[in-house]
Amino acid sequence: MSMIHVDNLVKTFGEVKAVDGVSFDVAAGEIFAFLGPNGAGKTTTIQMLTTLLAPTSGTMAIDGLDPRRQPHEVRRRFGIVFQDPSLDGELTAYENMDLHGVLYSVPRKTRVERIQRLMTLFELWERRDSVVKTFSGGMKRRLEIARGLLHTPKILFLDEPTLGLDPQSRNQLWTHVKHLNETEGVTVFLTTHYMDEADRVAQRIAIIDHGHVVAQGSSQDLKTQTKTDSLEHAFLALTGTTIRDERADAADQMRQVAKMWRR
Amino acid sequence: MSAIYILWLREIKRYSRSRAQIIASLGQPLLYLLALGFGLGPVFQRAGQGSYLQFVAPGVIGMSVLFTSIFSGIGLLWDRQFGFLKETLVAPVPRLHIMIGRTLGGATIAIFQGLLVIVICLLVGFRSTNAATLPLGVLFMILISLVFAALGTVIGSRLQNMQGFQLIMNFLVMPIYFLSGALYPLNNLPMGLVLATRLDPLTYGIDGLRGAFIGAAHFSAATDAAVLGVIGAIFLALGAQSFAKIQI
Repeated sequence: MSMIHVDNLVKTFGEVKAVDGVSFDVAAGEIFAFLGPNGAGKTTTIQMLTTLLAPTSGTMAIDGLDPRRQPHEVRRRFGIVFQDPSLDGELTAYENMDLHGVLYSVPRKTRVERIQRLMTLFELWERRDSVVKTFSGGMKRRLEIARGLLHTPKILFLDEPTLGLDPQSRNQLWTHVKHLNETEGVTVFLTTHYMDEADRVAQRIAIIDHGHVVAQGSSQDLKTQTKTDSLEHAFLALTGTTIRDERADAADQMRQVAKMWRR
Repeated sequence: MSAIYILWLREIKRYSRSRAQIIASLGQPLLYLLALGFGLGPVFQRAGQGSYLQFVAPGVIGMSVLFTSIFSGIGLLWDRQFGFLKETLVAPVPRLHIMIGRTLGGATIAIFQGLLVIVICLLVGFRSTNAATLPLGVLFMILISLVFAALGTVIGSRLQNMQGFQLIMNFLVMPIYFLSGALYPLNNLPMGLVLATRLDPLTYGIDGLRGAFIGAAHFSAATDAAVLGVIGAIFLALGAQSFAKIQI
């Protein structure tokens, strides 16, 4: 049975079609990479799957549940590391973990044990009583991942988790993620701009561009399909070499202006 | 329930760790007390209204509660900016609980801030005419803090970024303060101002405080409390509704 099911998903912001008929399935226990240029619709898709955004049309299921109709049940099933930080910088690392545990109704005893175990695993236990705003980017990322795992989710969403990290931290992070996937069977849905990362950890890859899935399969499938020898080249063959920043930024700005005052 | 508690606790922790901010926020009430209390004192006295410091102190206490509570609600915007809001929005907790926890937290720190300002008032020379009515004064501080923490939540939920903040400050928060009778008596006002003061919820809060601390209220304490209670309930309902609609 698929852990994530998406069929013909659409999200429009005014004139802009951010996600335009996306379909894919992620099997339980799989590591699935969702790749695409800036503004392709990756984050918007994640926001819809994680109950933060209502889709314009299409169907989705997380572990068989609809994020729109059963947001509560869906929220219990996933952990997420957002593209931008989402920690409270004024609280200590431990307090951030504890607050998360309480929000997810993790019983006190389990909470205390798991927080210590996860913070030790991510090498943060020594700094547990430091206020998070004093942390480096890599430490904050590790804390976010540790936090996302505290309530033993079935699915872990990682939206560009290695953005701005040095190679050491990136390596360490993916080692942890792979380990979790192998030992606890956590399904992982990730996005990244680093093709070598996707190549290394993901069992299956979907490439999205202009709101459409343009190809999906294993890394090898994509290379074969595009007759290229690396995932990077396959990606460029599928999505072109034009830089997308400006188009995405203009769309973003329009969205910002339109949404400054919500109804 | 534990979600309400942990989010309330978060507000308290954040407040208690921002010592510099607490001290800074006491500067404004002090300025009002000293500059207006003593500056307008002689004129007020000559007009036969008694001590202006006595008169204005409850107004300044109300002002601190107003500012602290409304800004704690608008603090939602900062949580949106720094991303923490998302963490609470994807949690399997009813939005209503999140909103209640935050709002109660904001109200609590506003009451604490109000108590600090009472101490400052006493230091400057303010004397309550009847110390036994202090609990009544605290009741009004609680009502003011709830009304405006809820209003702050409404604004914070609907505003998407910091650009609207200045607008809210100049066209909502300052008018609420200046039209509340915090700085002048409510009798013998021109018609327009009578209407404006009657429509301003803070008027009833300041009036209640003045009744409790110096025994000189315009309306009865029951009227003041009833108006604040009703408006508070409306704002809380609106706040819950706005917060439930937030999308990232």
